Amino acid sequence: MTTEVSSDGEVKKDEEKTPEDQQQTHTPAEAAQEKSASVEAESGQEACVSSPPAAGGQKKEKTISRFLPPWLKRQKSQSQDKPSDQESVELKQEQTDGGGEQTEEKKREEEAEEKKREEEAEEKKREEEAEETSVGSADTQPVREEKEGESELKEEQAVIPHEASVLSALKLNKKMKMVVCHVTLLDGSLFSCELEKRAKGQYLFFQVCEHLNLLEKDYFGLSFKDNAEQKCWLDPSKEIKRQIRNSQWQFTFSVKFYPLDPSQLTEDITRYLLCLQLRQDISSGRLPCSFVTHALLGSYTLQAELGDHDPDEHRLDYISDFQFAPNQTKELEEKVVELHKSHRGMTPAQSDAQFLENAKKLSMYGVDLHHAKDSDGVDIMLGVCANGLLIYKDRLRINRFAWPKILKISYKRSNFYIKIRPGEAEQFESTVGFKLPNHRAAKRVWKVCVEHHTFFRLVSPEQSTKTKFLTLGSKFRYSGRTQAQTRQASSLIDRPAPYFQRTSSKRLSRSLDGAPVVSVCDYSQAAGAGENGPPLELNSDSKSPQVEVVQEPDADAATSISSETAFETDGAGAPERKSKLRVQGENIYVRHSNLMLEDLDKTQEDVLKHQASISELKRSFMEATPEPRPSQWDKRLTGSPATTLRMQTQGVPQETPPRPGMDSRDASKSAEVKPEVNGQPEVVEVVEETVVIEEIVKPRSPAPEASVPMETECAAEVKEERSLSSDSDSEEEAEYHAQPPCTSISTQQIKEEPEEEQEAEHTQQAPPSETESQPITETAEPTLSAEEEKPAELPEEEEHTDEPLATPDEAPNGHAHHAEAPPTEEEEEPHIVNGSASRVEAEHLPQVICCSEPPVVKTEMVTISDTFAAQKTEISTKEVPIVHTETKTITYEAAQLDGHGEGEPGVLMTAQTITSESLCTTTTTHITKTLKGGLSETRIEKRIVITGDSDIDHDQALAQAIKEAKEQHPDMSVTRVVVHKETELAEDED
Amino acid sequence: MMSGFGRFTHAVVRTVPRSLAKEALRTGCLEVDLLKAQEEHDKYVSVLKHRLGLEVLELPADEALPDCVFVEDAAVVCGDTALITRPGAESRRKETEAMKAALTELGLSIVEMTDESATLDGGDVLFTGREFFVGLSKRTNQRGAEILADAFKDYAVSTIPVQDRLHLKSFCSMAGPGLIAIGSSEAAQKALKIMQQMSDHKYDKLTLPDDLAANCVYMNLPGKGHVLLHCTPEEFPESAKVFEKLKDHMLIPVSNQEKVKVDGALTCCSVLINRKKNI
Repeated sequence: MTTEVSSDGEVKKDEEKTPEDQQQTHTPAEAAQEKSASVEAESGQEACVSSPPAAGGQKKEKTISRFLPPWLKRQKSQSQDKPSDQESVELKQEQTDGGGEQTEEKKREEEAEEKKREEEAEEKKREEEAEETSVGSADTQPVREEKEGESELKEEQAVIPHEASVLSALKLNKKMKMVVCHVTLLDGSLFSCELEKRAKGQYLFFQVCEHLNLLEKDYFGLSFKDNAEQKCWLDPSKEIKRQIRNSQWQFTFSVKFYPLDPSQLTEDITRYLLCLQLRQDISSGRLPCSFVTHALLGSYTLQAELGDHDPDEHRLDYISDFQFAPNQTKELEEKVVELHKSHRGMTPAQSDAQFLENAKKLSMYGVDLHHAKDSDGVDIMLGVCANGLLIYKDRLRINRFAWPKILKISYKRSNFYIKIRPGEAEQFESTVGFKLPNHRAAKRVWKVCVEHHTFFRLVSPEQSTKTKFLTLGSKFRYSGRTQAQTRQASSLIDRPAPYFQRTSSKRLSRSLDGAPVVSVCDYSQAAGAGENGPPLELNSDSKSPQVEVVQEPDADAATSISSETAFETDGAGAPERKSKLRVQGENIYVRHSNLMLEDLDKTQEDVLKHQASISELKRSFMEATPEPRPSQWDKRLTGSPATTLRMQTQGVPQETPPRPGMDSRDASKSAEVKPEVNGQPEVVEVVEETVVIEEIVKPRSPAPEASVPMETECAAEVKEERSLSSDSDSEEEAEYHAQPPCTSISTQQIKEEPEEEQEAEHTQQAPPSETESQPITETAEPTLSAEEEKPAELPEEEEHTDEPLATPDEAPNGHAHHAEAPPTEEEEEPHIVNGSASRVEAEHLPQVICCSEPPVVKTEMVTISDTFAAQKTEISTKEVPIVHTETKTITYEAAQLDGHGEGEPGVLMTAQTITSESLCTTTTTHITKTLKGGLSETRIEKRIVITGDSDIDHDQALAQAIKEAKEQHPDMSVTRVVVHKETELAEDED
Repeated sequence: MMSGFGRFTHAVVRTVPRSLAKEALRTGCLEVDLLKAQEEHDKYVSVLKHRLGLEVLELPADEALPDCVFVEDAAVVCGDTALITRPGAESRRKETEAMKAALTELGLSIVEMTDESATLDGGDVLFTGREFFVGLSKRTNQRGAEILADAFKDYAVSTIPVQDRLHLKSFCSMAGPGLIAIGSSEAAQKALKIMQQMSDHKYDKLTLPDDLAANCVYMNLPGKGHVLLHCTPEEFPESAKVFEKLKDHMLIPVSNQEKVKVDGALTCCSVLINRKKNI
């Protein structure tokens, strides 16, 4: 994962260089490739050894033991049996990600094929070029340069050097894995282009938008069908390959966010595309409407596509090409024609506008439906729309949750939950749960909610954060522009309205606006209208510019280059033709409009975003500060993630930048203490679906005198949690805290929680991290914990009153949640729950193995599924979906060498939690700094939750986790490993 | 959609049968003065016909159907579509026959509720101009609401639980575009809350001290503007005062003292239709 992230970064940087740099740019890209390849190979090796799950203990042990500390090794072999019966699950991550060696061969084949294709394409191209005059070929070059995104002023002289680079690019491209993908456009035509295999969704999306000459693109998206034939949105910020997994590279371009008021769109072309989408929605029945509405909308379609009704030309059958309704009757067609006649004189643009004015009022306009079941197992539909979440039973709306009513959206396994803000009369928020067919469906609906909320309700999207620390990346969140932003951007669009051809019907050649046919230059107008500038943003994101230049006669041509002579009546379709035409094209210099530049910036911003701005999080944390307890919140800053993160990554602690209002003593102290950090014990806890690695760093030298009372006071408040993450596709569980728009950036938090099955099950609503961190607090100040309970609870209460602030839910203050958690259960597995230092100290044995198998757990969840029920019972109905789980826990502990843990109360200085995810894992990292008897200790507890629908190779996972931990913190040691396995016994579709 | 809200050209009414006094269903046990009831109804029809100038189609009474004067329950008309209901009270099922014939004659496209498990009384259907609210009551069930949703696909149809009242419109109705008249009782307020929660649209509310007074008939007629038929000060003095505060409306107090004894409200006694062409 780490390698991949970084290599991405390199490639991106490269792209920003000018085309002349191309040759050099290849090198890092290539290197990155090789690097990742070698990583792949390495992991492949590991996989080789360990992958046959049934192969038994020996081999597995070998694999893992490479990473295990000696004490752990012994442990491992002793406990061999245990983990091996848990071994049925394959690590999904391996499959999709590193490319398990099974697929290796396949890949090679593909590669070979691609190369072949590339070569052929290149040959063809050269032939074509040869046929052209030298001017002709020269022409193509600057065009390519334009595509490279930089120099508008390139002259033909550039041809020669460029040619060279083309050649070198070709060479390099052979090493680049290319793939052809097909995108079905809204008019039904197919757009094909070749992509580097590791291209991100954004790249393809921009290609398509450019092809369509679409600027207001934020309402649109690309989707694909997953293995279960479910429609999934392609995340622009992630690699395509990882998202589609084994599916084909086939996508559909469609409207993702239906604008509430289409008349506010700036360009007709955008409205046209929206019309095309709606016509599809209507004729497929996704958007139900009455007979009259079908007829009316159909008549606008005719007017837009065919112009005025012409009694001579338009006999009744002239409309049989059109599909106006799922079940089109003669009667309907007659009505459509009748209405069509009444639209005389209306231009296509006006017709489209009228169409949209009527369509937007339909009750299901823009509602994204998902099948689900309510708590009673009754089939319902969840409808996500601009205003919130709608619940349907058959065609009836049985409930509605507007975004402002929703505090939190989360999913866990195949369940999807929303936490509802309490009404005026109610005291407590309630949680409504829905059962989705499987966890992918649950995640899908969650994502759609997050995106819709962000797009329609927020002013700007939250910052997504990415850091390389602990291989944490960004969590899923909507990274595009919000409606507000896109409107603003649209208002800056300054180009003559682009020509486009309305081609949804088969009547392609018909001129609609009375414009001469020739000028109905379609999407490819870029050529003739070069000055109007087709969007070039894609280049900013393109991973392999050279690839585009050389290798794709089809796609490339279609997207960006054409000439006036290129105009043909066949619109979007025929890529081959265009590829030829491209060669004849004349010089085209495309200028970046402001908007485009803005877009360019934006993509770079995105990149930056990914590279982590914790400060944003910090700011959000600050801004979220509730007034009542400012001092505490200030103190919290001591433990702000930025500080600690920096410290961790560099191995050299840094000083917390003093904050306004922050206690200066705190600041100086932490500054002084941190430098002394030094690796020491570590704890690794592995859970079947949860791996917890705890690392503890103990400084050797005594910390400068600290005012203890002061410290203790902070202890509880210092805790804080941060969520960072990585791209992953199969997190099991996630939360998203809905925020009011005004506070958007600062307070909104999307959170994908680590799956902590067992704890979560016990404490149900308490997010796992809390339970974990709680012990840490105890460590720090065991005597204090009781007192601390109150302060810690406060933020929680604040959340109840719903200042969506720092939703302590997420803060690792386990105390607050004690209340919610059935105490007995909490006690049951304390050692798992915490892996806490205090435990370790108490036991103080070189090695401890604990195995526990708690009984079946009953989980209780409050559910209201419709208002009727709610009203009937006055309060929410209590409902008990029972989840039968089986849990197993194995703990490995290292001796505490320095005997630091005589139970001497320490002082917690900082604590924080970082959550991240990768393919099927969620990693929660708690970093606590405590001050004990003048020694500062940093403890890192890493909890990795691995979830899978099928079996997981635990040893593999454990090995990986330990390896990573060691790599990241070479100066720390692993002190404790707890493996906790939980299997669900009850039916769970997954 | 909203601009045409309340615009009507036709009304279907039905004569009061003599059997109403004794046999009509009622939640209370009050005696109905038949003559008074007939007089009251004549006035009502006269307002529609003469004062407001609607084409009134008056169906003859059927003595076998004591409740037949309450035509609203037999059909829901929206735009050019009429849904012929399946009333929740078995004794009233046949009321739809005459209604269906009349609406067919008016050229509406007829949708019938044939599903034997479905019941729906028009009194449970509140059309706001933007969407439907369907009360789930003793007379109307989920299935009935589903069929209504199928019949009027353009609109959202939300279900509202109705307790302790006969119909949804026993305590509410539309008093203007985007204006919901609502009673003050707990049940009424609760239902309003649910409606507000379920809707993507914002509604204003006109709160009446008396639930029964919250049933009024709103129209928007060419040349007359906002027209409101509402309770008389004799019946509900406090509520009448609230209506009198509506400055933009042409207010027409209509007495409903007798019919209310058999749970008949103002909206119950007519089906209003908007047909562009006279038929």
